[in-house]
Amino acid sequence: MKFPVSGMSETTLDARNLLCPLPVIRTQNTVEELQQGDTLLVKCTDHGVINDIPAWCRINGHEILSIDEQEYEIVIKLRVGKNS
Amino acid sequence: MTNSINNGKKRKAVALVSGGLDSMLAVRVMQEQGIHVEGINFYTGFCIEGHTQAIRKKDRDKPKRNNALWVAEQLGIKLHIIDVTEDYKSVVINPKHGYGANLNPCLDCKGFMVHEAMEWMTKHDFDFLITGEVIGQRPMSQRKGTMPIVTKESGAGDLLLRPLCAKLLPETLPEREGWVDREQLLGFSGRNRTPQMALAEKYGFKNYAQPAGGCCFLTDASYSKKLADLWKARGEKTYEIDDIVMLKVGRHLRPRPHFKIIIAREEGETNFLRGYRKNYLSMSTISHPGPVSLIDGEPDDDDLELAARLVARFSSGREAELVTVEVMQKNGESRNIDVKPLLADEVPGEWYV
Repeated sequence: MKFPVSGMSETTLDARNLLCPLPVIRTQNTVEELQQGDTLLVKCTDHGVINDIPAWCRINGHEILSIDEQEYEIVIKLRVGKNS
Repeated sequence: MTNSINNGKKRKAVALVSGGLDSMLAVRVMQEQGIHVEGINFYTGFCIEGHTQAIRKKDRDKPKRNNALWVAEQLGIKLHIIDVTEDYKSVVINPKHGYGANLNPCLDCKGFMVHEAMEWMTKHDFDFLITGEVIGQRPMSQRKGTMPIVTKESGAGDLLLRPLCAKLLPETLPEREGWVDREQLLGFSGRNRTPQMALAEKYGFKNYAQPAGGCCFLTDASYSKKLADLWKARGEKTYEIDDIVMLKVGRHLRPRPHFKIIIAREEGETNFLRGYRKNYLSMSTISHPGPVSLIDGEPDDDDLELAARLVARFSSGREAELVTVEVMQKNGESRNIDVKPLLADEVPGEWYV
């Protein structure tokens, strides 16, 4: 898949201290405002996001770039796919 | 003969997807008829989905998934998760049709969700709405007598199709218009799950979520008791999202009517409560290892000493002469007080909420 080179942005979403599915909902709502090819960093503390955000991305055509799991914090980086 | 593609337009249905088997089957029944389906899932704040697993460290290694997302992925449909926590308050606080065995307003809840889904459907240019309801499956919201109430009060009318029991209900618009074939719909009823399991087998569905007493904390007696206690202490039926999340965490003890203490039960809960110290007055034992505790209410100085003694009781210093407890205000200012831990018989059972 090709992504537009110009105009891409990286956004950070603080979803710490939120329980699933709220981090997924906040991710969903943030992605709606982004463009294809933009990247989003989601900071979370609920370890359920390790399953839920990738599942949400697979369903909606977005790409997980990395998952950094620490003891109490998880940072997920995703690339926005084609929104329909 | 169906007409799911009409003038080049594929008919579209939005499905209420809970993550359970019934809504999964309802979606697949529609897909079999060539209907484009997308799922909608509402977050009310009371959804059981994984919350305590998320908090408690001992549960973290257990396999965990969001069943609604899992179902959507199995079916190959999009899932829209909608946060309705604010609007849902009126359903919980003042349900027109009352509560079930606990503080579960199931009939009002179903009407609310169908109404919200209808609004989403209209906004996104979908044609009709489906649910996985089965007549007689649930004592409050899924009875033959209450299904018409949901249909009427939600405003869905004949745009609401229940594929799993449609043959037992009046014809809906999608059936009359030939978008779906009524003959291929089903006539399930009652609490017997055998027909659903057979249909799941036919569709090749495996590892679907097993029914385990509902998906809502409001059906839980212990949780409902804590919510009722919160309302009684405040003198009014109100809540914020933090309140209802806190009811899922820790031990709750109310030594006095005007304040209660939430005491973490293990490390995961301690870490979770630590994240709320800007929202609540909090206590931690300094001289001995112990849990983080939050105070909800308006304690005076005597109350704080009592709370500190109680917190000390739940620390490893419970046998010590004195335990040092840090009392932290919401603004981060703190002071230490030395207290004698309460003895076991100084903690009456009625303090436990």
